[in-house]
Amino acid sequence: MTEKIIRLMQGNEACVEGAIAAGMRFYAGYPITPSTEIAELSAAKLPRIGGKFIQMEDEIASISAIIGASLTGYKAMTATSGPGFSLKQEGIGYAAISETPCVIVNVQRGGPSTGLPTFPAQGDIMQARWGTHGDHSIIALYPSTVREIYDTTIKAFNLAEKYRTPVILLMDEVIAHMREKIEIPNIDEVEIYNRKKPKSSPSEYLPFHVREGDIVPEMVNFGEGYRFHVTGLVHSETGFPTNDHKIAENLITRLINKIQDNVEDIVEYEEYRLEDAEKVIIAYGATARSVKSAIDSLREEGCKIGMFRPITIWPVAQKQIEEMARKVKKVSVIEMNMGQYFLEIDRIAGKYTTVNQYGRVHGELITPEEIISFIKEG
Amino acid sequence: MPSQLVDKYYRTESLPHIWCPGCGNGIVTRAIVKAIDNLGLNQDDVCIVSGIGCSSRASGYLDFNTIHTTHGRALAFATGIKFANPKLHVIVITGDGDCVAIGGNHLIHTARRNIDITTIVFNNNIYGMTGGQYSPTTPTGDRGTTAPYGNIDANFDLCNLAKAAGATYVSRATVFGANMIIKQVENGIKNKGFSFIETITICPTYYGRKNKKGDSVDMITDLKEIAVNKVSYEKLSEEQRKGKIIVGELYKGKRPEYVEEYNRMVESF
Repeated sequence: MTEKIIRLMQGNEACVEGAIAAGMRFYAGYPITPSTEIAELSAAKLPRIGGKFIQMEDEIASISAIIGASLTGYKAMTATSGPGFSLKQEGIGYAAISETPCVIVNVQRGGPSTGLPTFPAQGDIMQARWGTHGDHSIIALYPSTVREIYDTTIKAFNLAEKYRTPVILLMDEVIAHMREKIEIPNIDEVEIYNRKKPKSSPSEYLPFHVREGDIVPEMVNFGEGYRFHVTGLVHSETGFPTNDHKIAENLITRLINKIQDNVEDIVEYEEYRLEDAEKVIIAYGATARSVKSAIDSLREEGCKIGMFRPITIWPVAQKQIEEMARKVKKVSVIEMNMGQYFLEIDRIAGKYTTVNQYGRVHGELITPEEIISFIKEG
Repeated sequence: MPSQLVDKYYRTESLPHIWCPGCGNGIVTRAIVKAIDNLGLNQDDVCIVSGIGCSSRASGYLDFNTIHTTHGRALAFATGIKFANPKLHVIVITGDGDCVAIGGNHLIHTARRNIDITTIVFNNNIYGMTGGQYSPTTPTGDRGTTAPYGNIDANFDLCNLAKAAGATYVSRATVFGANMIIKQVENGIKNKGFSFIETITICPTYYGRKNKKGDSVDMITDLKEIAVNKVSYEKLSEEQRKGKIIVGELYKGKRPEYVEEYNRMVESF
């Protein structure tokens, strides 16, 4: 039996370790607080394990480079924050329509614009969902502890490869910079999803054709003898652009459905003391940690309260939230923004129960005391 | 009957192309293909990366590994591709707006890294795809739909820019001299480093019409008149130099190439 590896690790470091465990061997990035350690650690580690690190001239170049690298077969990642995440949106759309797997980490900070660069905020929930233009689906994950950053980074790569899509990892500044003791799992015990090799020969290969029973088209790499075309334009199964309205609708619908039809496979969440709960708090990331503490105190006072913590932020755990909303008297969304995830939760749960929201945007964590007062007053 | 070049290197199923009658882009595209053929490169080992605009549509017509990227970012995508798979011959097809307006920063930094990518700019002095707006290479005083009273911007000398930023092969040719383009693309691909080839092409539909330059034949004849090589240019008086463009191989340098430097660093561990 191999010995357990116990480490004191920063959140950003756990992200890099998780990425490497998942098979990330290409990183392109640009320095920005509070995500910079992810670039620094990638720069130190990747050249020593057969990987590639490049610091690009800007945020847009970084996402462009990882898409290029992914098309040659690499698992590729970039990390950024607030303003950089805004700049990457066009590239995220390109990865979505060209079905190029890649991982984009956004260690959030206060915004808009330069905002509060060194303080936590959860203000990019809706940008993660709708930041790039046009109709599309997206996968976004949101870890709450350093260990969970490690795990969700691996999951981000697995989902990116499985669904041929960009995956966004939303992180909180406080967890990115916090150090926690974590146990690193044995690499043999970690489930890793690798791109499937094509069954077709180069002459019969249709780069955007989905075989019966598959979720996504077979993906081959540039330079392997299949000379195909990739474009951000609407394209047919051949990969070549078209203005055919029927093909356009089929493509966009397929891109949305490959994620929406597999929500149960993608969605991950934590339920905390929900068994007999009459009130539920929905929270994610760092805020969920304050919520847990608040729930423990409220429970001691006899309040029947629990928490539903989405780890997969997008797509939303609609079915689970609906089922829960039917059973409880009130759902409170607590988040470090002015009510972004609330909009989504209210859409789902508002039909069945009362939904309210508590949000702060001052750059400090929401404390358990604030949460207790909010629940008691509400 | 299509030529052997078309048969072998064009995706005939993706034709006809979108370019207007009289456009110069076909001349440059064929010259690139001819250069690849002359060098005997395996099609599976060539990757054509393009941005957005008229010229950038060329990637879809050619039978290689091809990618039509986002506006201005072809060089950034190409950097990712070349760095990830250095065995690929990475060739970038881009336009004047794509390469030096929205993508200008990527040009500077790709040249600075001297990564082994060959870039061919189709410079038609205008934004053609969007209908004739002035670009960074529209000569001062010329008209575009967004310069109805004449362009007051100074226009860029792309080759000087590429050289100053660190490209190790810099050349210019016009669509009048297709053979010169072929030779330059061959030499650009052979150069182990960042190669920058500016091809002066023509847009009779927008730039030509807006500036009363006549038809395609007139515009190509004009290019013949104004293009001079470096030696001849230096012999001209200040007055005679006006309106002339220098063609030929303008700069050849030698600097460490990015991927080789990265590998050297890795080997030093």
